[in-house]
Amino acid sequence: MKLDSKVPSGPLETKWERHKFDVKLVNPANKRKFKVIVVGSGLAGGSAAATLAELGYEVDCFCFQDSPRRAHSIAAQGGINAAKNYQNDGDSVYRLFYDTIKGGDFRSREANVYRLAQVSENIIDQCVAQGVPFAREYGGHLANRSFGGAQVSRTFYARGQTGQQLLLGAYSALSQQIGRGQVKMHTRTEMLDVVLVDGKARGIVVRDLVSGKIESHSAHAVILATGGYSPVFFLSTNAVNCNVTATYRAYKKGAAFANPCYTQIHPTCIPVSGDHQSKLTLMSESLRNDGRIWVPKAGDDKRAAKDIPEDQRDYYLERKYPSFGNLAPRDIASRSAKEACDAGLGVGDSKRGVYLDFADSINRLGEQAISQRYGNLFHMYQKITGENPYQSPMRIYPAPHYTMGGLWVDYNLMSTIPGLFVLGEANFSDHGANRLGASALMQGLADGYFVIPYTIGQYFASEFLPLVGTDHEEFKKAEGDVTDNLQRLLNVNGSRSSMSIHRELGTLMFDKCGMARNEEGLKDTLKKIPEIRDEFWNNVKVPGDSQCFNQALEQAARVADFLEFAELLCRDALARDESCGGHFREEHQTEDGEAKRNDEDFAHVAAWEYQGEDKEPVRHVEPLEFENVKLSTRSYK
Amino acid sequence: MDFKLHVWRQKDRNSEGRMLSTKVEGISPDTSFLEMLDILNQRLIEEGDEPIAFDNDCREGICGMCSLVINGVPHGPERGVTACQLHMRSFQSGQDIYIEPWRAKAFPVVRDLSVDRGSFDRIMAAGGFASVRTGGAPDANAVPIAKEQADLAFDAAACIGCGACVASCKNASAMLFVGAKVSQFLHLPQGEPERKRRVLKMVDQMDEEGFGNCTNTYDCEGVCPKEIKVRVIAEMNREYLRASLSHDET
Amino acid sequence: MNWLFRLFRSSIGCKGIMALTGIALFGFVIAHLSGNLLIFGGPDAMNAYAVSLRELGPLLWVMRLGLLATVLVHIGAAMRLTRQNTDARPVPYVRRQNVASTAASRSMMMTGLTVAAYTVFHLAHLTWGFILHDFATAVDDQGRHDVYYMVVKGFQQWWMVFLYVVAMVILAVHLRHGISSFFQTLGFNHPRWNPILEKSGIGVATLIFLGYVSIPATVFFGLVGLDGGGS
Repeated sequence: MKLDSKVPSGPLETKWERHKFDVKLVNPANKRKFKVIVVGSGLAGGSAAATLAELGYEVDCFCFQDSPRRAHSIAAQGGINAAKNYQNDGDSVYRLFYDTIKGGDFRSREANVYRLAQVSENIIDQCVAQGVPFAREYGGHLANRSFGGAQVSRTFYARGQTGQQLLLGAYSALSQQIGRGQVKMHTRTEMLDVVLVDGKARGIVVRDLVSGKIESHSAHAVILATGGYSPVFFLSTNAVNCNVTATYRAYKKGAAFANPCYTQIHPTCIPVSGDHQSKLTLMSESLRNDGRIWVPKAGDDKRAAKDIPEDQRDYYLERKYPSFGNLAPRDIASRSAKEACDAGLGVGDSKRGVYLDFADSINRLGEQAISQRYGNLFHMYQKITGENPYQSPMRIYPAPHYTMGGLWVDYNLMSTIPGLFVLGEANFSDHGANRLGASALMQGLADGYFVIPYTIGQYFASEFLPLVGTDHEEFKKAEGDVTDNLQRLLNVNGSRSSMSIHRELGTLMFDKCGMARNEEGLKDTLKKIPEIRDEFWNNVKVPGDSQCFNQALEQAARVADFLEFAELLCRDALARDESCGGHFREEHQTEDGEAKRNDEDFAHVAAWEYQGEDKEPVRHVEPLEFENVKLSTRSYK
Repeated sequence: MDFKLHVWRQKDRNSEGRMLSTKVEGISPDTSFLEMLDILNQRLIEEGDEPIAFDNDCREGICGMCSLVINGVPHGPERGVTACQLHMRSFQSGQDIYIEPWRAKAFPVVRDLSVDRGSFDRIMAAGGFASVRTGGAPDANAVPIAKEQADLAFDAAACIGCGACVASCKNASAMLFVGAKVSQFLHLPQGEPERKRRVLKMVDQMDEEGFGNCTNTYDCEGVCPKEIKVRVIAEMNREYLRASLSHDET
Repeated sequence: MNWLFRLFRSSIGCKGIMALTGIALFGFVIAHLSGNLLIFGGPDAMNAYAVSLRELGPLLWVMRLGLLATVLVHIGAAMRLTRQNTDARPVPYVRRQNVASTAASRSMMMTGLTVAAYTVFHLAHLTWGFILHDFATAVDDQGRHDVYYMVVKGFQQWWMVFLYVVAMVILAVHLRHGISSFFQTLGFNHPRWNPILEKSGIGVATLIFLGYVSIPATVFFGLVGLDGGGS
């Protein structure tokens, strides 16, 4: 397998401009002869489906929820970055590019990131035109805030529901095309396989979740925009139905999976309260502006937080990072919390939590000021935990949040399977080893609105292939495999729910392959995952049959894929023998506990190629060349 | 905590449904309502029974997927939250809890507590958008929008499309949902060009889907997890009447 | 005219008709009350007013038919909307709780039909003279139909007063929701004005109730009698 990034030559600033000119065009009359399948209806999928339909392509869009508006992009809170420089504070395309490359710990492709920064401006224009109600100043112009450690205010936001508003914008554009008949929307339909004919993606096999019917759909190209895989850790900030199935099954059909070990753990989430828990709720990072993080110095301190005197508290972030203090970056804050809890200093019943204390701020600024800033978050915290954060400190703990890894794509967003494109969180492209806040929404929309509409034309214009009928043997074979796989799940007839096994897997993964990883732990995990997988295939219970709406079957099929994918994640984490961004290998840290990169050996993308069941996948490498930025070490002392 | 649950079970759209009772025991007050159902479902699965089907996804109150009528109130007894944000500490141990799906002709039951809200999508496809080509938009700051208007637009745009308004309404009317979308565009200059067309198309589609009519009882406002106000319904009424009387449709 | 047909068929158009006919009927309720209150001016004022109405001749019939048509359209639209509303939820809830709605808003159909039924009774009593017929045929000393006598005699019957008061309670409940509903349906809703509208809805309904009930009450308790005083 050759990983050809197809990055255009020439100066960084003009690569995309020239590429847009160089790509072949499909004439308008011919566009309607091309059929495109879009799997996923979030920011990336929804915007791609709408835009391609608008151009005249015939689009089939699929989502497993009951409506395209439910995709998990909707849950993003903070905002979306764009290099508009409306604040006149020195922002520029280059600065956004540089911040993103640096934030990603120099593990992303320069050309892709630069393009992302370039189109960021168009995204805001587009969304405003769609009627997205961004926050505004009294003068009527758009408001911005700073976010995620950037030194400029470039984040556009719509209260704490930016993702929702952007998704509804994309959904409205998609709805218009559905109304025109240019997009055929398939809700409650889950993709279970990609179909290749002569090595090219020519369609997909899906299951109609209501009737249970297995169906094939053929097209000239297939776009996957199926999001990330954080629920491999079971508990995460993701929606409970987020899954790796689409991308993992594409991987099994030959699409290389890049950097699966790049996962982001968000430091401020409400901790696990018991083994009933199904998901973790994010509390905005902004809380760290006024909250102080601490744990008791004594491990078995049973006193209530406010009864513990000042000198018996360890404000560990302030102690370790005097200049950044409680505002240390996400990965560092997360790891420090884990260290404190590992040392037995954790708080709460589960002992996996640290205090985020607002007492000082309330004393200094008054309860009213704090309530104005964080009232809704305090309210949400109280609703979930039943505790009043004005009186006792919040308890927080890190939680898996975003996955930078994903299917490998070239500059055109095409995977290693010709005709299979991957957009948004599902691909690996723009965030390197760590994503900056407010960049995920930007990337999803950039891919869908402004990149794929150009690059897919290049593919169509250069490879004109007639549509393959769904009666083709490859479709029949894929349908057979999918049906067999579901039947296999139903046949196990054991005694455990797939959820309990998923939880077991997730606990192991979070423990050994979460915030901090080491060789021994990873090797051990690589041994344990197959055991859990065996347990699953011998003891899972999936009631009912496959001919009806059967949520237990859907869940079990997703868990089955997580059980295989988890191994790939650990394998990648083991092979990447360095620390970078969200991937922290304990063996590679500076004396101060900072991530220590090894640019000599690992300034590359690792993309895994599936070799078949029970065979080790092959690790391919795409070297990353930095022509415009200088690799440096991040420091937050 | 222990509860006696009475849950609507219905095999599929065309089958008859009925309430079935079951007990759940030893539930922590910190458990969310959906997690309580997870626990019950795991038990059902392990006992070889079919679990209760219910829609859910984000579990943080934003995706709009969850759709449970709990003791006669959509999303349960707490105000301004969805069922997924409801915790068992809002109930008393030993209490009877009735769980039913959204009930409306326009929301046919898919299975148990899960319903088909495709009618909402069709209303949106009829006119819930501002027609704008990708790439053709002017600079975002080219048209200033007064903060007050942007805020009103946002208040309406906060709708998560869950359908609790329909479920709570004694007439199963969708006016709050449709009104919210009409109101969002009404307060933005971007909505102006298609102002009349939009409201006519959306209301026609709404009527066609078989929702009931608004009789201004406002239970919808009471259960809306995003606390959308019936102001949006008045705005839609005005817009619709105005458009009906003055639209130059060809 | 296709658009007009479409408007009337639509849910919002139909509601608009409810609101417009409703407000027209509300206007009648006010006008009728102001006429009725002439009873406090004594037999002459009352009977003269009755004559002046009759003297309108054909115009009176236009008004009567207009009023009848308004009532029929109001009821017809309500029937249509109600049928659609019932159809919209074929399977009822096992448990259902009202969260924010008032009893008045939920019972518009019931209160409306009750008011309509009472109106028929009221006409039978005071217009057609089918009920308490003996009091309906009297003439006063100027040879006019003695409306005053008919009313006073009628309201000296306890059951007549009882029915009247009950009907007025129901009318007030109907109006209490109807008045604020009128504004909402025609698109007037503003946070600054809503509380005022809501309160004035209650206020106006209460005033109308008191105004109407003042007549049988004063008659029944002898404050208004056949000789301009106690009977």
